Amino acid sequence: MATVVLVLGDDISTDVIYPGRYMATVLPTETPQFAFADDAAFNAKLQAKEIPAGSIVLAGKNFGCGSSREQAVSTLKGHDLVIVAESFARIFLQNAINLGLRVITAPGIAASEGDDLEIGLEKVANKTAGKSYPVEQLPEARKAILEAGGLIAYTRNRLLQNRGEATP
Amino acid sequence: MGMTVVEKILARATGRTSVKAGDVVEPVVDLAMSHENAALVINQFLEVFSGTRLEPEIWDPSKLAIIFDHRVPAESPKTATNQKKIREFVAKHTIQRFHDIRGDVGGICHQILPESGYVRPGAVVVGTDSHTTSHGALGAFAFGIGATEMASVWVLGTAVNIAVPATIKVNVTGKFPDFVGPKDFILHLIGRISAKGANFRVIEFHGETVRRMPTSGRLVICNMSVEAGATAGIVPADAETTRYLQEEAGVQDVIEPVLPDRDAEYDETIDVDVTDLSPQIACPHSVDNVKAIGKVEGTRVNQIVIGSCTNGRLDDLEIAAGLLRGKRVADNVRMLIFPASGKIYQKALGQGYIGDFVSAGAVVMNPGCGPCLGVHEGALGDGEVALSTTNRNFKGRMGNPKSEVYLCSPAVAAASALTGVITDPRKGA
Repeated sequence: MATVVLVLGDDISTDVIYPGRYMATVLPTETPQFAFADDAAFNAKLQAKEIPAGSIVLAGKNFGCGSSREQAVSTLKGHDLVIVAESFARIFLQNAINLGLRVITAPGIAASEGDDLEIGLEKVANKTAGKSYPVEQLPEARKAILEAGGLIAYTRNRLLQNRGEATP
Repeated sequence: MGMTVVEKILARATGRTSVKAGDVVEPVVDLAMSHENAALVINQFLEVFSGTRLEPEIWDPSKLAIIFDHRVPAESPKTATNQKKIREFVAKHTIQRFHDIRGDVGGICHQILPESGYVRPGAVVVGTDSHTTSHGALGAFAFGIGATEMASVWVLGTAVNIAVPATIKVNVTGKFPDFVGPKDFILHLIGRISAKGANFRVIEFHGETVRRMPTSGRLVICNMSVEAGATAGIVPADAETTRYLQEEAGVQDVIEPVLPDRDAEYDETIDVDVTDLSPQIACPHSVDNVKAIGKVEGTRVNQIVIGSCTNGRLDDLEIAAGLLRGKRVADNVRMLIFPASGKIYQKALGQGYIGDFVSAGAVVMNPGCGPCLGVHEGALGDGEVALSTTNRNFKGRMGNPKSEVYLCSPAVAAASALTGVITDPRKGA
């Protein structure tokens, strides 16, 4: 069970998640400080570590649209946030799977700040509102990357196979 | 069953006779582009090799292109240091297609790639920039990816586990009215189908209007296809593609178009007639909040921007110069102009456009992404309004969440610069 800490609408762009002016900061160890930087109050809570790991950001359709900047994923992962949305934009979804950010697609999902959600393989249950929503599975095409623990590990395994070396 | 252009490209790039939407494929990449975010790609690339006994090695350095455009010249020591690291990496790995900060061959990646002849019809192009969709203008399958995905491409030479996207066919007919063009068409389309209307799909552009459109206009419509969520936009190659590549990009080898089959299967077909289209404006704070100019005419603006990977090409500057020549940018308006590349800057100088701009009171900046994404110069003050030929207007896009951004064509931007309010260029500014 985890609590919804931020509720957002449709078409939340990566400009909102990680403003462009911080793009010179690239390393996943450094990007978390700028998560939702233009939402000063929420950013301050994140920086003060007032948001527990595993907390949920709830969004509508097309979360992560716009720029391909991967900082928008590493910044959320750095705070161990879980993103539950009605749908995700393509590049953001791929980046999330590649980096291991937990993203859940739940069409029709509705919740308010403070609601407790239980995320299962098949459904997301809003325990506060007493409603559940079916979970759409991540694209089959990306399964091998998920199973390898992300794209870096997947690529490393493939490289070693190509060179005839044992995978670590 | 027939194939769409992208299905054909992916069949060829995977050595198959055919593929269909939904198939999972691993296409060989023909061109892999990054800008300053190569700093992150390099980090992830080295990470792949860590813990192995292998020397970090790029699969084929001749397939890489790295272009500095987001923060040029560097605005901070941090950016300058990132750029320095990238230069060192480029030298070490002998990456030839590297465009540093230069007045002659520098510029915005989505102009440098086409004008340098790096993109061919039928190619698979990936870029760590969402507007990589631009290169569909030359009949290539071009799409944006993240930095880690690019690191994987640098190592393996393929884009792993790609689901073949379904395709939307958009037929465009009619002749554009005066002062209405490709930007107005694509804004209209995005407004009609929404910011997610083409999610996970390709938009394939057809029709007489597209056939007549020069490559510069095709770059505009493919560039902004991503604003409807499209994986890629693509114009099947034709005589104009060959003309552009030979005459403007200096390509000398054989150019082979990849065309859709007559019985290709499309997910959806959309018809657009541009005969009566008026100038279109995307209003704050989303690109699909599109209105005909009549609805927002007279809105006061503080800053006007002409440029970017969307509208910083020679024909864009020509339209703007035609409206500004001998006139004066209104008081209390700042007008910034960013030619898309050094080559375009030089041509605009030769044509006298730069002189027209400066005499009118506009500030001509060096080619680069500039204020489009709020990373460099041209910031907006609290409560200020920008009217821009760029491609995004999300809250905070130009660096200040307390500002507003309207998107438009170069003609609307130039006409509005003379008045200080959103102005219809058809009304004889």
